Amino acid sequence: MTALDPTRSGPARRRMTRKQKRLAMLAAGGLVLAIAAALVLVAMRDTIVFFYGPTEIAEKGIAPGTRMRLGGLVEKGSVQKGPGQRVVFSVTDSKSTVKVSYEGLLPDLFREGQGVVTEGVFEGGSSFRADSVLAKHDETYMPREVADTLKKQGHWQPGEAPAPSAPAKR
Amino acid sequence: MIVEIGHFALALALGVAVVQSVVPLWGVARQDRALAGVGQAAALASFLLVCLAFAALTLSYLRSDFSVENVVANSHSTQPLIYKITSVWGNHEGSMLLWVLILTLFGALVALSRRSLPERLRAGTLAAQGMVTVAFLAFTLLTSNPFRRMLPAPAEGQDLNPLLQDLGLAIHPPLLYVGYVGFSITYAFAVAALIDGRIDAVWARAVRPWTLLAWVFLTLGIAMGSYWAYYELGWGGWWFWDPVENASLMPWLAGTALIHSTVVMEKRDALKVWTILLAILTFSLSLLGTFIVRSGVLTSVHSFATDPARGLFILIILVVFVGGSLALFAWRAPLLRQGGIFAPVSREGALVVNNVFIATSCATVFIGTLYPLALEMITGDKISVGPPFFNATFIPLLVPLLLLLPIGQSLAWKRGDLLGAAQRTMLAFAIAIAVTVIVFAIRWGGPVLAPLGVGLGVFLIAGAAFDLGERIMARASGLPAIWARAVGLPRSAWGTALAHAGVGISVIGIAATAWSTEAIGVLRPGDSLTSGRYRVTLESVTPRTGPNFRAEVARFSLASGDRVLLPVEAAKRLYIARNMPTTEAGIRTDGLSQAYVSLGEPQGDGSIAVRLYDKPLVLLIWIGALVMAFGGGLSLTDRRFRLAAPRRRAAVVPQAAAQPAE
Repeated sequence: MTALDPTRSGPARRRMTRKQKRLAMLAAGGLVLAIAAALVLVAMRDTIVFFYGPTEIAEKGIAPGTRMRLGGLVEKGSVQKGPGQRVVFSVTDSKSTVKVSYEGLLPDLFREGQGVVTEGVFEGGSSFRADSVLAKHDETYMPREVADTLKKQGHWQPGEAPAPSAPAKR
Repeated sequence: MIVEIGHFALALALGVAVVQSVVPLWGVARQDRALAGVGQAAALASFLLVCLAFAALTLSYLRSDFSVENVVANSHSTQPLIYKITSVWGNHEGSMLLWVLILTLFGALVALSRRSLPERLRAGTLAAQGMVTVAFLAFTLLTSNPFRRMLPAPAEGQDLNPLLQDLGLAIHPPLLYVGYVGFSITYAFAVAALIDGRIDAVWARAVRPWTLLAWVFLTLGIAMGSYWAYYELGWGGWWFWDPVENASLMPWLAGTALIHSTVVMEKRDALKVWTILLAILTFSLSLLGTFIVRSGVLTSVHSFATDPARGLFILIILVVFVGGSLALFAWRAPLLRQGGIFAPVSREGALVVNNVFIATSCATVFIGTLYPLALEMITGDKISVGPPFFNATFIPLLVPLLLLLPIGQSLAWKRGDLLGAAQRTMLAFAIAIAVTVIVFAIRWGGPVLAPLGVGLGVFLIAGAAFDLGERIMARASGLPAIWARAVGLPRSAWGTALAHAGVGISVIGIAATAWSTEAIGVLRPGDSLTSGRYRVTLESVTPRTGPNFRAEVARFSLASGDRVLLPVEAAKRLYIARNMPTTEAGIRTDGLSQAYVSLGEPQGDGSIAVRLYDKPLVLLIWIGALVMAFGGGLSLTDRRFRLAAPRRRAAVVPQAAAQPAE
């Protein structure tokens, strides 16, 4: 706000003094900032979802009805389709498993044995109702949260990335 | 051989860039014109060398030279020619090369620019640009060398990521990079001004075209990326508040604020320190964006390279350049001659309001993007901040800004008349209210926010049109006089009005998304699915073979009520080299609206899952962005940018303090 500092000659009569002008500017700026801060704080409370792996759900004692993201590997042989658009599959980190139900189209790269991130509501026990299954751009890409979850459970093999010649993971 | 030449040219460019970043400053310090002029030659040389390197890599792609690791990882001999070329920047290493190419291109443009620049400013700017070039060339050479050989060479490459095999990708990154990297020049100008300790209207006039140029390209790049995501990902969405999208939105917002604050500086010689800070912050946000995209610290659907070494290197670049320039700012800014203060109710006062709102909304995006990272580092909790957060923070800050825009635009410089401005915008406001009411009546029972959003968009367009009209009609009567005034009006006035109208057009398109509908069904040939105004009937599903993929193509007939539209095709492709499926959405444009069909998994019994969207007025979102960019481009051709006062060409020796040109 120093940019608004006066260097010009004094104010004319009936107009605001320099100090008043500066205060008006500062007050306006402060007001907008305060509104923004309030918006951010309210939104932080209401719109943020936490990410958990299957084991964390079991360990942390998440209350049923909590909205969250769940990530892990789609357990091999667990995907059951139908009736209609309904899909049921298990998400695992090799230690714990959560059963996920989802109604809708799956992303192209949803496959058994691969990483997945879903968002939805934890229904208690080990069942989860997802309303979105997140897609990825690349088949070699593992969502970082999933990778961390798997590492934590000691089941991460970086060698799963496709060809050894590929420069790291794209 | 050609690969080694490219590699060598890149290394040589690094050496030249080191010269470019040191010698001009030395020359200025010693008041030696010859030394200060070295920057120009060095900037040109480094651009030509990087061009050579880029050409070498492109040639390797064209010849499918699989002895180059980068080509192996991202190309395939069966790829169509156009995608062999776009593969060059469809990967981390190649896109860094493109980044450096554009960086040096801007340096060369400043060196060549015929517009008179005070020589001290030009020397300082080229030196600062040289420092950025050194950092990114070193990064490319040390961590992301695109010329690394792979021996023995495999017989075949691994193909480009199929999602990127698309014309949208051919243009999206170059546009985006010209925008991103273009802000490096405004950054360099700011650093040069701080080193020089002088800043005035000449500086503002020198910087404004570069800011506008970068902004125009960033606008186009973001719009293109958004449209690409819309049709290529098959989810029907066009903006996901994904960290990588935010990474491009933040410099865009800061750049938008910068364009407006340089106007104040140019016209009124005020807001100097703030403008300098904004110029630094804009490029800092570009660098932050690079860090987010390249380091993989944030989970994003875009994920590029996730190599910790690269992330660390970019983090160091980020810290050095952001920290260094801010430290320079803290040290030198108090020495700058302060600008004048002005009345709150005036055009410049309105532009300050614009800056406050845009900077604040940019800050909310910043918080939403980086908060998950900070929280994870502090508490270890993983969270996701999604669209609900941004809808609840960004939009409430943007709406008042847009509401105030037409009023601010009709305020006069120096001392405005709020009542008069309100009266002048009254007609536009009345039209907006009328449109809102009519839309409410037509779409009774629909979402409430959509008609309000449409009204806001109409207000912006009408406000821009009336403001322009008033300036044309002001003292003219009779068609010839009006025509003469319309032609005589500065291009920047037309550009401003167009850009603001473009915002209004986009706002209408965004508001209309509230009316879009979606339907999912499992269809056999002959079955129909209806969503909103559109009805599709599955005609056939046939296999098809492309150059490097196999596809199942579903053909639909499309009707809207009694109107039969052209049929539409959607496909599931399987790219053979990577064994990766993609969805090709079928899109039929109907006026400004679109019917959007996307396929799910085949069900095995001959039926197929189909998703149909009715997207009313969706095209307005991108048309608005195009109009904005066109407006910016038009401003760029304004004669006051082309004809700068030649008398300002001063020697390296300190010139008399330039007076602000009014």
